[in-house]
Amino acid sequence: MKRLQKAIFLCIRTVSLLFAVSAISFALISASPVDPVQQYILGLGTAVSPEQRAQIEAFWGVEKPLLERYFSWLGQLLCGNLGESLLYRRPVAQIIGERFRNSLALMGCAWALAGIVGFLLGCVMGMYRDKGPDKLLKKVCYVLSSTPAFWLGLLLLLVFSVWLGWLPVGFSAPVGALKEEVTVWQKVRHLVLPAATLSLTSFANIALHTRQKLIDVLESDYVLFARARGEGEWTILRRHGLRNILLPAVTLQFSSFSELFGGSVLAETVFSYPGLGSAVSEAGLNADVPLFLGITLFSALFVCAGNLAADLLYGVIDPQMGEGEKTG
Amino acid sequence: MTENRESLLSIRDFGVSFQRYDSRMGQTRLQVISNLHLTVYPGEILAVVGSSGSGKSLLALAILGMLPLNAVTGGEILYRGKELTPERQKQLRGKKIALVPQSVTFLDPLMKTGKQADGQGGTGLTQKRRDIFRRLGLPGKTENLYPFQLSGGMARRVLVSTALLTEAELILADEPTPGMSLEQALEALRMFREMAEEGRAVLLITHDLDLAVEFADRVAVFYAGTTVETARASDFQNGPDALRHPYSRALWESLPQNGFRPVNGFQPYAGNLPGGCPYAPRCPLRTARCETALPPVRTVRGGEVRCYDGA
Amino acid sequence: MKRKNQRTKLLVLAAGLAGVLILIYALGLLIPEKAVEGSFLEAGRPPCLSHPFGTDALGRDLLARTLKGLSVSITVGIVASGVSAGIALLVGIASAMGSRQVDAAVNWIIDLVMGIPHTVLILLISFALGRGMTGLLAGIAATHWCSLARLVRGEVLQQRSRPYIMVSRRLGKSGGWILLHHLFPHLGPQFLAGLVLLFPHAILHEASVSFLGYGLPPEQPAIGIILSESMRYLSAGMWWPAVLPGAALLGVVLLMDRLGEQLRRVLDPVTAQE
Repeated sequence: MKRLQKAIFLCIRTVSLLFAVSAISFALISASPVDPVQQYILGLGTAVSPEQRAQIEAFWGVEKPLLERYFSWLGQLLCGNLGESLLYRRPVAQIIGERFRNSLALMGCAWALAGIVGFLLGCVMGMYRDKGPDKLLKKVCYVLSSTPAFWLGLLLLLVFSVWLGWLPVGFSAPVGALKEEVTVWQKVRHLVLPAATLSLTSFANIALHTRQKLIDVLESDYVLFARARGEGEWTILRRHGLRNILLPAVTLQFSSFSELFGGSVLAETVFSYPGLGSAVSEAGLNADVPLFLGITLFSALFVCAGNLAADLLYGVIDPQMGEGEKTG
Repeated sequence: MTENRESLLSIRDFGVSFQRYDSRMGQTRLQVISNLHLTVYPGEILAVVGSSGSGKSLLALAILGMLPLNAVTGGEILYRGKELTPERQKQLRGKKIALVPQSVTFLDPLMKTGKQADGQGGTGLTQKRRDIFRRLGLPGKTENLYPFQLSGGMARRVLVSTALLTEAELILADEPTPGMSLEQALEALRMFREMAEEGRAVLLITHDLDLAVEFADRVAVFYAGTTVETARASDFQNGPDALRHPYSRALWESLPQNGFRPVNGFQPYAGNLPGGCPYAPRCPLRTARCETALPPVRTVRGGEVRCYDGA
Repeated sequence: MKRKNQRTKLLVLAAGLAGVLILIYALGLLIPEKAVEGSFLEAGRPPCLSHPFGTDALGRDLLARTLKGLSVSITVGIVASGVSAGIALLVGIASAMGSRQVDAAVNWIIDLVMGIPHTVLILLISFALGRGMTGLLAGIAATHWCSLARLVRGEVLQQRSRPYIMVSRRLGKSGGWILLHHLFPHLGPQFLAGLVLLFPHAILHEASVSFLGYGLPPEQPAIGIILSESMRYLSAGMWWPAVLPGAALLGVVLLMDRLGEQLRRVLDPVTAQE
């Protein structure tokens, strides 16, 4: 019963947060001095008569009060209509769908890579606590977590694309190539550098966290007892360490979707990778209000999904949460 | 009776101190165990009895070679007549010397009890372990429970089972019975007795003198980091005249059935030990030399004692 | 003795780090505008003795631009983290001392702020305020207070249940008095260290958002803008406008991080002993 209650509470909270996000982003964008009507007209590229302008303004509902505009936008949103992008002149939902597929490949690779590498390095650091390998890796982690993601991207671009010429400079496919002609191999080649940038700037967090958790475990009574029973250090890591640090690490990875998305905005911009991240930045720069709002909401949904997954994981995998209620 | 046999474990002049950084004094040493003499013979249960804070739990860790890194040891520990070096300790741990720890925190919270009791032995031990679980009165489902689902008594029985599963010649049991019902405690102790009869030795570390006298062959009285007397358990049953050290007598008198008289004063804690005999400040029989020099170990009526009285 | 030595050592180190930062800041302010004016004769020079960081495509000295940019970054970092820390203090204390509803509301707001990726939220706020210095400052200040607020809340809650506070309350002292005389002295050190540790994050976000084109106007020297410009010449082999200013930024961020760590250790009675 308690679990069900908790799940319902979590869902209500998530929905309430998403509504708040929609309201706040709508309010912020409406407060902007940047005039979407003006931007739209500029985008048309032709002269507009005052009558036409009035028509466009009526279409945008500029003269209506804020709340009324919000609710009509929200109503459209709930029907699945996110409006039309000013920049691309296509439905926002369609653009998000397309771009998210690219972003998913990028963020997915970076997320998994950062998680695995970070976890392994964290284990190594914990096992060699305060010795050479730990000290070195700790420094690497601190430096990488202080490195601006876009600068790291620039460096990688400079080394691997400009100097060595191994990898392409940007875009998710060769410029000018037709969609059908792009091979998986080409896509992968365009994915390598952005994914490397993104995972390099995000693995430090998980590595340092895993290190601390492992040190806590190695200082515990049950590891003392395992040693007394003749288990070697690496056996202890395998039998007791991994078991006790894996779940917190996975949970942390799921709750890091916010940083992941933030990093992808920068990485995608540096490499002109056509994902959601570069789209949100362009949308803001070009005052493409519907697209900006749409991606903001989508990114909040993405973060919420990660947090929800982290919460649920604890409930499902950790025996202390799951079976605890059956036996008492 | 046991003196002529070859000892299994022999501890001589053993001491443990900790290095500490003090805000005013800089680096200081904290002596926790000092001048410890103890001999364990195969086939016996030797109880080490002391109040909490007397450093007796560290004794088990010292024998296993698992003291914290900032601990410094002195003196020697012989196992089967040969020095117990760190390499030997590593070899013997869990195989020839087994530990029975105190509480549920010594069990991995995320591993099922059965798998945990089997240890590195894996499934090869499962049948034997099930027998032992049954004998200890653990229900059949216990093996599929996680430690947090066990009662305190169940957890201790699981811990006891881990030692019973090994081929260990020496079992170090650190307060194994609190939290068990009387019946469960007796069963656990009976199993220790059986192991002793197989020729293994059990070092029972406890604060419970009654229990020690009831179940052990010999009782070592631990006071302020050292053993003041090692006597046959029967000496405690025979009353104060059979005992050799004033502290042992005071302990005997403090038992409920013997008058329930509390021992006056407080046990000095580590870092605050008097120069000579640690018991001197509380001792009714103290003389001038008790306060300056630690009495040597003497054998009196088949027991060992550190006291000038009667020498 | 030992402890005093340790403390002095930590303090000297912290003062040294702060000194370097102040020096960078002062240099940025003192360098005359003329030094960053371009001359086409000197365009695109790689690093040399007269231009240690080289010059950009417009012939502007990159070292001077970088220093000016860093001092802008430091200003933004200090103002934004100061405001952010102020919000954190108010919100944290309100949620710890207030009713359950206040606490729940604060938690909900924190979840809300954490629910939008920081970079996106900063872009949004910057957009709302018309993409300039104000927008940038407001965006960074609005997104960085959450974890510090949680720390303050936890600390106040922990202290509140301590016997000495209970005694104070029994003696009839008001909540405000306890806050001023017991909680602030205790919170001070942690809060100060937390504030300094916000700097590096704030600076990183400032650079990122400027890089994306949302922060400072292009004519202003900012590291993000220099790096963004450098992308255009990267394929032509001009590596210095990308590498050197970025490395300088990384250096400042690391310095700030170290400074915060040192302060935390000096002010924390437990670690100061180690």
